Amino acid sequence: MLQAKRWIAFTAVALSCTPAAQAADPIKIGFIGSLTGPLSTLSTDMKDGFNLALKHKGGKLGGVDTVVAYGDDQANPDTGKQVYERMAKSENVDIITGMAFTNVMLAVAPTAFKDKIFFVNSNAGPKELAGASCNYYYFNPTWHTSALSEAAGRFATQKGYKRIFVIAPNYQAGREHAEGFEKEYKGEIAGRARNKVGQLDFSVEIGQIRAANPDAVFFALWGPMAINFVKQFNQAGLNKKIDLVTAGFAVDADTLPALGDAAVGIYNTSQWSPDLPNAVNRKFVEDFEKEFKRPASSYASQGYEVGLLLDAAVRDSKGKYKDDKVLHDAIMSAKYESVRSYFKFSANQNATQNIYLRQVVKNEKGNLTNKTVSSTPVYADQSDPYVGECKLAAK
Amino acid sequence: MLVFLFEQLLNGVQFGLMLFLLAAGLTLVFGIMNMINLAHGSLYMIGAYLVATLTLKTDSFLFGLIGGVALTAAIGVVLEMSLLRRLYDKDHLTQVLVTFGIILIANQAVQEIWGAQPIMTSMPPSLSESVPLVGSFDYPVFRLFIIVVGLLIAALLALLITKTRVGMWIRAGAADREMARAMGANINLVFSLVFGLGAALCAIAGGLLGPLLSINVGMGESILILAFVVVVIGGIGSVQGALAGAVLVGVVDALGRALIPMALRSLPDQGLADSLASTLSAVSIYLLMALVLYWRPQGLFSR
Repeated sequence: MLQAKRWIAFTAVALSCTPAAQAADPIKIGFIGSLTGPLSTLSTDMKDGFNLALKHKGGKLGGVDTVVAYGDDQANPDTGKQVYERMAKSENVDIITGMAFTNVMLAVAPTAFKDKIFFVNSNAGPKELAGASCNYYYFNPTWHTSALSEAAGRFATQKGYKRIFVIAPNYQAGREHAEGFEKEYKGEIAGRARNKVGQLDFSVEIGQIRAANPDAVFFALWGPMAINFVKQFNQAGLNKKIDLVTAGFAVDADTLPALGDAAVGIYNTSQWSPDLPNAVNRKFVEDFEKEFKRPASSYASQGYEVGLLLDAAVRDSKGKYKDDKVLHDAIMSAKYESVRSYFKFSANQNATQNIYLRQVVKNEKGNLTNKTVSSTPVYADQSDPYVGECKLAAK
Repeated sequence: MLVFLFEQLLNGVQFGLMLFLLAAGLTLVFGIMNMINLAHGSLYMIGAYLVATLTLKTDSFLFGLIGGVALTAAIGVVLEMSLLRRLYDKDHLTQVLVTFGIILIANQAVQEIWGAQPIMTSMPPSLSESVPLVGSFDYPVFRLFIIVVGLLIAALLALLITKTRVGMWIRAGAADREMARAMGANINLVFSLVFGLGAALCAIAGGLLGPLLSINVGMGESILILAFVVVVIGGIGSVQGALAGAVLVGVVDALGRALIPMALRSLPDQGLADSLASTLSAVSIYLLMALVLYWRPQGLFSR
């Protein structure tokens, strides 16, 4: 009798142990975003886009239990590093994503590479990480910083603007935008201004533009900077004689409601548009608006795309996603339908894609949105100019 | 070129007058109560949020402004009577610590109530156009409106301080707190009044700048630094000094940002010229402060 009891107890223990031993470890994503402060709209949109993708996949990336840890870098490189340390050391994340700003990325990236934690960029990536400092652990499925500005430069040349004034914020990404535009724009640069990051009063720069009297202004500003610049530009009456050209992020779903009619007609270049004709994009745009009661922005599409990419990668890893080599190769060759119709990784693990020309229009409901001007992209099948500098590409 | 300079001068004066509204309260609190109040910027933030919310609720910028300013003044008085009053005889470190704590509490509270996303408000339609000033030079009406309101308040403040009994108490308090108390001035009442006044001025600045800029958590901190620069340049406790210092800071900042890039344009390396120009224009006001302090360590208008 005693013997039998022992056996039952043993079996019970053995049975209760097996499921725990078999269940796979969850995949852990660290979402480091600038979630508070004046520039928080970008990361918030990316976060909502990413979560929508996760929801579409039943809360499991590639069918595997998924844990997402959130951290707020406050758009500050030092804070970003601290948040990263917490994620890497105490939350044991496998992949980080979500950062909106180049200066935070450049602060976090080297440590992540040393720790062998995958960094999947959900926003524009700096040129170093595409070129000389490219890394096995770094993927940028989104766009390299100057991609949209280069396309805007090409458009401005085609449009026949003779003199253009260029304004961009005075930090790395801003300079990359300005250089990208000027590289592709063949006319004369009527003047340049470098504003402070997060600057909200552009009266001085608007005075400079008035004095330079160009045909058009290229402004590489985003979030509240873009809103205030365009509003103040119009309030000063400059919109009557000077055109505005920009990259898609400046006049997107996150800024258009605040911009209102001031933005109608502005030409801009983007890798994504709410009206791109593919089924994945249609579902994304519809569901995003249903879920969050606001239209999807490019940033939201980027977050969503990272979700789709990781879902496919984890699925293709076939349970071995804790193995760096397996996960790396699965991300690189992930098979899924992109919201951008066309996307693949180039050799430096950055995006190869199309860049479209869009224009801000009023839709039938009277809301502002972007419309692709032509289904022929400004740039087709574009990778970035830094592939050659990347050691990974040489292999 | 002349029009360009005139425009930048207007921009500088406009920004300077808003800085003055912040600095006036700060310098009085500093001068009369010998109190460093870091939470002054929080009152600016709270004022901006209240004005924006009331403007949206009542659909009138005027009502929003008046209501928001009154509410912020009330918050200022309550803050003074409940907490800050206990700090006047403490050392500066204690004051800094407590008021820094208030900043954190205010930021978190505002974030809980209004959310982390910035609020963008639009200005009243009647003020959102531009008017021709000289020839074909159009200047936004709203910025002119800000300049007019700023000048008006400066004049009212001058009247209040030089012509009224309360103003006399304030001046007496600034000159010698103990003596004023000994001569029978109700110094506690004066302190509360000054604090309420400072809060009201903050709210006016926040309410006016809100539609022009954006309203977000932490907006008070960056502008507070400039307000302290103004107080130090103008001389602690002097309202005229705050006015002079604020306009000086505004104009130097605007002209620096406009002229330094032009001056450096002839440099051969464009990239270097650009980054040098923005760095130099960013430090121009601090350079101004250093120069003023070298010449008059007590500030422009302090004895």
